[in-house]
Amino acid sequence: TQCLVVAEHDNKNLMASTLNAVTAASKIDGANISVLVAGSKCSSVVDSASKIKGVSTVYHIDHPQLEHGLAESITPVVVGLSNKQSLTHIFSPATNFGKNFIPRVAANLDVSALSEITSIQNGNTFKRPIYAGNAIATVTSDEKVKVGTIRTTAFEKAPADGGSAQKVAIDDWAAKLVDESVQQTGIKWVSQEVVKSERPELTSARVVVSGGRGMKSGDNFKMLEELADTMGGAVGASRAAVDSGFVSNDLQVGQTGKVVAPELYIAVGISGAIQHLAGMKDSKVIVAINKDAEAPIFQVADIGLVDDLFKAVPALTEAIKKAK
Amino acid sequence: MSFKILVPVKRVIDYAAKIRVRPDKLGVETNNVKMSINPFDEIAVEEAVRLKENTIADSVVAVSIGPKESLETIRGSLAMGADAGIHVSASADMQPLGIAKILKKLVEQEKPKLVILGKQAIDDDSNQTAQMLAGLLNWPQATFASKVVVDKASDKVTVTREIDGGLETLEMKLPAIISCDLRLNEPRYAKLQNIMKAKKIVVPTKTPEELGVDVSSKLKIVSVEEPAKRVGGSKVQSVDEVVANLKKHAII
Repeated sequence: TQCLVVAEHDNKNLMASTLNAVTAASKIDGANISVLVAGSKCSSVVDSASKIKGVSTVYHIDHPQLEHGLAESITPVVVGLSNKQSLTHIFSPATNFGKNFIPRVAANLDVSALSEITSIQNGNTFKRPIYAGNAIATVTSDEKVKVGTIRTTAFEKAPADGGSAQKVAIDDWAAKLVDESVQQTGIKWVSQEVVKSERPELTSARVVVSGGRGMKSGDNFKMLEELADTMGGAVGASRAAVDSGFVSNDLQVGQTGKVVAPELYIAVGISGAIQHLAGMKDSKVIVAINKDAEAPIFQVADIGLVDDLFKAVPALTEAIKKAK
Repeated sequence: MSFKILVPVKRVIDYAAKIRVRPDKLGVETNNVKMSINPFDEIAVEEAVRLKENTIADSVVAVSIGPKESLETIRGSLAMGADAGIHVSASADMQPLGIAKILKKLVEQEKPKLVILGKQAIDDDSNQTAQMLAGLLNWPQATFASKVVVDKASDKVTVTREIDGGLETLEMKLPAIISCDLRLNEPRYAKLQNIMKAKKIVVPTKTPEELGVDVSSKLKIVSVEEPAKRVGGSKVQSVDEVVANLKKHAII
């Protein structure tokens, strides 16, 4: 049983999501786990990957066209490795990085793919959420290679230290596959604009504070930012708040937005439409603040407070500051 | 060469409908449940129609693969401004690989310059079809697009896409594959007059067999369950009690 985890990284650091994917791979009995680091000037990532506990081999390739992890350049490397090493499983985190190239790999291997795996029963039986988590499907795969993305919130991080994997360079055969694919597809990376926010990313934040239509305006979201900042959290929004023009769409939590599962989710002025609940109901603890005692959000909240949010939120921010 | 855009559209349970697992635990209830076009596919149709209105594209073809009711989804796309439709009859639970193989055949027949798809369908949430189609065709792909700019003179498209923590811009030689994210546009409401007109357009139905595509799948859904129920509903009286509870849960 040969499991490959394709590492997510920025050429300097290994992303923690890779560690979640390694844990997922370790759930398969008798798995020999290898990691692929495909990047440009990424030797520090190769070193980090070789130290992950439970990883036996780190395959690595250094190529300028792999700098940005484009699907067109990384896919032929993974497919080539699969053929050479007779891989049985290929995983990557279900982040925009993994979601982008994993299905392309599967198609080029002529196998189906499994998205957002949340549980691995055995080498060919997996669980994954459908309908934005409103139902959980158990799926079996008879494909020769099981290819999938791993929902990071469903698996612990593998220890980043304690391993000593063998490092194997694959540039000799893989570099020309990268060149060919980039040339044939005519893909060109132009630029990147990474939002330099002090706050963590919505989907990986430990705490998320979201606002709904009850916030009344975009300016009032400052209040939520202050609350989020007391706990190092991220700010989200319901679709109603986005549709009302309070905040931009990338903050949307819900079935048609982002699915989050933080340790703490604070829903402020959110009534709790089905489509919103679908995006946050796997959070460990849910707090709801709403002046309408009948709002459906209270049915899923562990801690509900029926109050005027314009009084309660600043008070909560102060109280948390004091409590720390 | 005429500039054609192919837009695959899927009929799914409406995003606002309540999802109920079927008693046989092999799927979810779809009888007497409101069905709609997949919201991300609606964005794809809108983008294609705008490219036509801006005289970039010459025609937009909406494709739906599924049971005969999928024709409604094609009609909806025609009412939004697509010029023609193709229906491929198939079961509603086809896997993305089979869908991508059918689309590859249609691409070979229709020769579009762009295929614009929704990033995922909100039923099986796979988020695979665009990437698979790009892989099968060996075309460039730009997934999770939030901005699309076509330069006809140079036969290229520049796409801004949502990545974790920001945006990335790619340039692709046409033909190419784009999958849409939420921020790309706001789909229009079809006018009654266009809905009436769309009813008159003849939409041919093909079968996977006619297209010579094997759509069998080695993935099998063995059960569908409801997720663990949340036990919520407890209320507190004050902000101080909220804080005390957060401490109890060791969050602060």
